[in-house]
Amino acid sequence: MPGASDPGFDTLSLHAGAAPDPATGARAVPIHLSTSFVFDSSEHAASLFNMERSGHVYSRISNPTNAVLEERIAALEGGAGAIATASGQAALHLAISTLAGAGSHIVSSTALYGGSHNLLHYTLRRFGIETTFVKPGDMAGWRAAIRPNTKLLFGETLGNPGLDVLDIPAVSVIAHEAGVPLLVDSTFTTPWLMKPFDLGADLIFHSATKFLSGHGTVIGGVLVDGGGFDWDASGRFTELTAPYAGFHGMVFSEESSVGAFLLRARREGLRDFGACMSPHTAWLILQGIETLPLRMARHMDNTRRVVAFLAAHPLVAHVGYPELDGHPSHALAKKLLPRGCGSVFSFDLKGTRRQGAAFIEALQIFSHLANVGDCRSLVIHPASTTHFRMDDAALQAAGITPGTIRLSIGLEDADDLIDDLKRAFKVAEKAA
Amino acid sequence: MKIDVLGREAYAYTGGKPFDAALPCVVFIHGACNDHSGFTLLARWFAHHGYGALAVDLPGHMRSGGPLLPDVEAMADWVLALLDAVGVQRAALVGHSMGSLIALQAAARAPQRATQLVLIGTAVPMKVSDALLATARDEPLKAMRMVNTWSISSTASKPGYPGPGSWLHGGALALMRRVQAAGGGANVFLHGFEVCHQYRAGMEAAAQVRCPATVIIGSADLMTQPRAAMPVAEALHAQVITLRCGHHHMGEAPEQVLAAVRAALFAPAAHAKAA
Repeated sequence: MPGASDPGFDTLSLHAGAAPDPATGARAVPIHLSTSFVFDSSEHAASLFNMERSGHVYSRISNPTNAVLEERIAALEGGAGAIATASGQAALHLAISTLAGAGSHIVSSTALYGGSHNLLHYTLRRFGIETTFVKPGDMAGWRAAIRPNTKLLFGETLGNPGLDVLDIPAVSVIAHEAGVPLLVDSTFTTPWLMKPFDLGADLIFHSATKFLSGHGTVIGGVLVDGGGFDWDASGRFTELTAPYAGFHGMVFSEESSVGAFLLRARREGLRDFGACMSPHTAWLILQGIETLPLRMARHMDNTRRVVAFLAAHPLVAHVGYPELDGHPSHALAKKLLPRGCGSVFSFDLKGTRRQGAAFIEALQIFSHLANVGDCRSLVIHPASTTHFRMDDAALQAAGITPGTIRLSIGLEDADDLIDDLKRAFKVAEKAA
Repeated sequence: MKIDVLGREAYAYTGGKPFDAALPCVVFIHGACNDHSGFTLLARWFAHHGYGALAVDLPGHMRSGGPLLPDVEAMADWVLALLDAVGVQRAALVGHSMGSLIALQAAARAPQRATQLVLIGTAVPMKVSDALLATARDEPLKAMRMVNTWSISSTASKPGYPGPGSWLHGGALALMRRVQAAGGGANVFLHGFEVCHQYRAGMEAAAQVRCPATVIIGSADLMTQPRAAMPVAEALHAQVITLRCGHHHMGEAPEQVLAAVRAALFAPAAHAKAA
């Protein structure tokens, strides 16, 4: 669709990467549930394997349905391309394993999803990849932690659990001065709320399980490259700038000036680790992305209503949402997240663990489960679930009180959500 | 590989194989504010099918050092000097956009050295609007976005370049920004468009060409519109191949471009210009 300007976000959400199927005329994206794809000839097969031609060979490496999802996310992020993976965790692992190996080092924000923290702090250490954790707002800490073997700076756009806003412009300058790329987990913000490449990030990943899908039906991830990082100039990445014996001596940065990272990630990481996405999953996530702009706008409207209600409630000690004046990231949120700060946040109920549990059990619309970013509203009580082994002192160190409750605000009527919360507050009060 | 051309280090991608000057040679020449990577699939294919392939970075572009060359004529002379440097007497010349003008001029400068000429996304003259030149001078990033939008005809280019999952709009813009940033402070983007705009010797050059020629056109090309390619195609007695794409031929239609260039290089006699 050539024209005077590029298509807008809403148009790309529906069209990027997809056109009517040339074989059947199907308007919706077909689900190509096929492990493999027929070669025209032996010569065609050889040239596909040798990367002389573009095309699909085997669905662990690439698939036409997955490619639509990959192009669509890349379009929405403003990137050069993307790779769909089995989960968000698989996307993070793919990013790291493409750039780092035994003896490598990562600098990461402390404000992370627990699964990412586990991978960096425990699992990768077992494979010789060490991580230094710094508080996301500690710029001197980021700078001081970088070593000659550092391969990556990493943080979440909205950090767990307190929604610290990552100062991507500042952290990316520190990263680039050292010749290191900045990877961000943009799951909580989606490209509708923030475009990290425009702010200086080099690589983005999402748990597509959350807002991108929106329906709570499938697990998936996606890794996106902005194409702007100069791997050769950095001097730290022989993985991309020297011949790779595992693929015909290919030098990925010569093969593609802007796609070197994704080439190696696909040709090595997907090929060898195999954490690919099912085409059926890709299709379901595409259904979600088609309405991403509409859903995110509603998520923000509902969240603001609920946050205002909670902030004024006498049984609430604290609401941790960056749009509120007292939040440590308030100023940064106004600058980097003008459309909103996502729909996942925590608040502290005045009371005991027992009251927290009673509150949750009284909710009828909010579903009590361990997920976020669903179209349905969700709730969890960390002190009795994800952090139940901790005593009160340990909870405090983690920024969690016995009354901390995490909400993920969905797309229901805001009045119904507020009524549900009111009912639960009454039950919690009686449980004192 | 790195090559010393006229005392300066230059770079040419050789398709994943060591360059062999004894093989038939094909040179790929990129367009304004681009580099060799728009041609890597083609170069890789030809390198693995009996050719010595050279996809160059022009001076002042990415991996090739030196200042930007002032005009199409100087760039054409540089291509011929590069052939001298690698010990190749005759080569097929394949150019895209600005690169097509360079290939045309080189084939005219040394008619005996060009075995085939393939012009992709060409126009003679290749006029650039005053508005675009002014924007390129004052707001290069804005001009890059404009050119990117006009160059790519689809939001679903298949099967993807350099492979599936690539978003051509994002990759093309990122490449222009990288080339511009690597230019050592020079406005590489503006320079490329000025060079195209100022080249006026195209039809005279076409009269000098003696080798078979092919012109590859994008039916939805807004940068070098199909009709603008016809005068030079007629002057060259060229085979004309029209593809369903915009100006980003190799990215939008990699399989069709490969087929077209294969047809041009493997069956040259049918399109030979009368001597």
